[in-house]
This record gives sequence, C-alpha cells and structure tokens, in this order.
Amino acid sequence: METKPRMLVILDVVTILLFATAVGMVFFYAPLEAVMGQVQRVFYFHVANAWVGMLGFMVAAIAGIAFLRKGDHKWDIVGLAAVEISLVFFFTAIVSGSIWARGSWGTWWTWDPRLTTAAICELVYAAYLMLRQGIEDPDRRARFGAVYAILGFISVPLTFMSIRIFRTIHPVVIGSGAAAAEGSFDMTPKMLQTFMFSLFTFSFIFADLLWHRIRLGKLAAKAESLRLKTLQ
Amino acid sequence: MLLSFFLQQGPAETTRYMIAGYAVIFGVMFIYLVSLFIRNRNLKRDLELLEEMEQKEK
Repeated sequence: METKPRMLVILDVVTILLFATAVGMVFFYAPLEAVMGQVQRVFYFHVANAWVGMLGFMVAAIAGIAFLRKGDHKWDIVGLAAVEISLVFFFTAIVSGSIWARGSWGTWWTWDPRLTTAAICELVYAAYLMLRQGIEDPDRRARFGAVYAILGFISVPLTFMSIRIFRTIHPVVIGSGAAAAEGSFDMTPKMLQTFMFSLFTFSFIFADLLWHRIRLGKLAAKAESLRLKTLQ
Repeated sequence: MLLSFFLQQGPAETTRYMIAGYAVIFGVMFIYLVSLFIRNRNLKRDLELLEEMEQKEK
C-alpha cells in the first residue's frame, strides 16, 4: 500500500496551523463591526469558502483541457477531485451567506443576481457528479467530464461578475459595488488582514484536500480496473 | 449633537447567526473530512480483497 508522502504530511501540518490561526484572527483579532455586529464575522470564511469553490471549478476546467489534449486519465482524477471539493465549499458559502443575509438583510434568501447565479453554479456542478455516475465506460466518462467541466466553468465568471454587472443588494468586497447593496461595510486594517489571511489559509486547505482527494481517486481507479479484470 | 449621542445605537445583536454560520462552516468541513477518511478506508479494504482474489485466480 502506498505510504503518505512526506510533503503531504508537512502540508497537512501547515494547513492545520494556518487554519487555527485564521480561526483565532476571526474571533479574537478582527474587531466587532459597528452596524451588523457579530454576524459580520461570518464574512471572512464565507468569502474564503466561495473562493475555494471558484478556484476548484477553474482547476477542473484546466484539468478538462489537459485531458482532452493529452488523454491521460490522471487529469480526469484531478478534475473530479477539484469539482467535489469545490462543490462542498461552494455549498458552505451559499448556506453561510444565507445565514449572514438573515442577520443583515432580514431574509434567508432572495432571488438576487448573485444568489441566483451562485445557486445555478452549484447545481451545474452537482449535475456533473450525478451524470458521471451514469456512465460506466471510464474513457467516455472522462471525456464527458472534461467537456462538462469546461462548459460548466462559464457559470463561474458569471457568478463572480453578477454583482458588478447587475443591480444587486449583495455587497462587493473588492472594487466598487452597486448603490443598492445592503450589508456592505468599510474594512478596518485588522478586518482586511483577517480577510486576506482567511483567503490565504483556504487556498492551503484547498491544495491539501485536493492532494488527498487525488490519492483517493487513484485508489478508486485502481480498484475499478481490478474489478473489471476479475469480472472478465 | 447631544441628541445624536443619546440616539446612537450599538451593533445589532446577531450572535446567534454568527454561531449558526460557523456551525455550518465547521460542520460541513468535518463531515467532508470524515467522508474522505471512510472512503479511503473502504477502498483500501476493497483493494486488498481484489488483490487476494487475483492472487487466487493465478
């Protein structure tokens, strides 16, 4: 059985330390926001979760292109791993955003352009996993997955840009937002440091989880090929 | 100015939403980590079994 690489062990430790520091910064370093109160602290990890979601969908699209060009199944494993992780983190971003909205907008959900495009994006990638399950042939599944990940990625910039293009109540963190935005706030230096550190930490979490998920994918591929061999 | 001082309000009381938000964030992360661990363990078991079967066939 393959042992865990030393670099992965180091990455695990570094990620745990970064995560503990980020949690400490969110609760003990970042100041209390003057209007929204404690619920504003959700913002740090809410955005970081959304960042991981979008990052993973981008990695999946790149892996899709690499698979179509080279035909190497390792890219299919990378794509699947990235989509799965991103789906989990994007889901968390949507739910935590909904909780933040209840605290600051007074509603759990509204069909705002950002919320709608984010929900569509999540559903697009949930469908990717479900449709993959329905294809038995590994080559066809990988080809389908690659094309789907590339096309599905259209929903990511659409989600990102929705608050910059359409009239929305969702606040814009980076850059200028819409006049109708509610729940926006000016970040103090400590808030900004916590925010940037959370993004940095979650990038490490993504890299660490991706490596673990790729190893799992390789095991699954090995088990599948052995199963097919025994069936023949 | 004196009036605005007396009318000034503190931050909204939204602690329970913060707790709910972080419960979801940590909870989902924990469940995903557990799922990775369980799937890894099950796959290793399957592989051992399949390799044993392959050995017997030889």
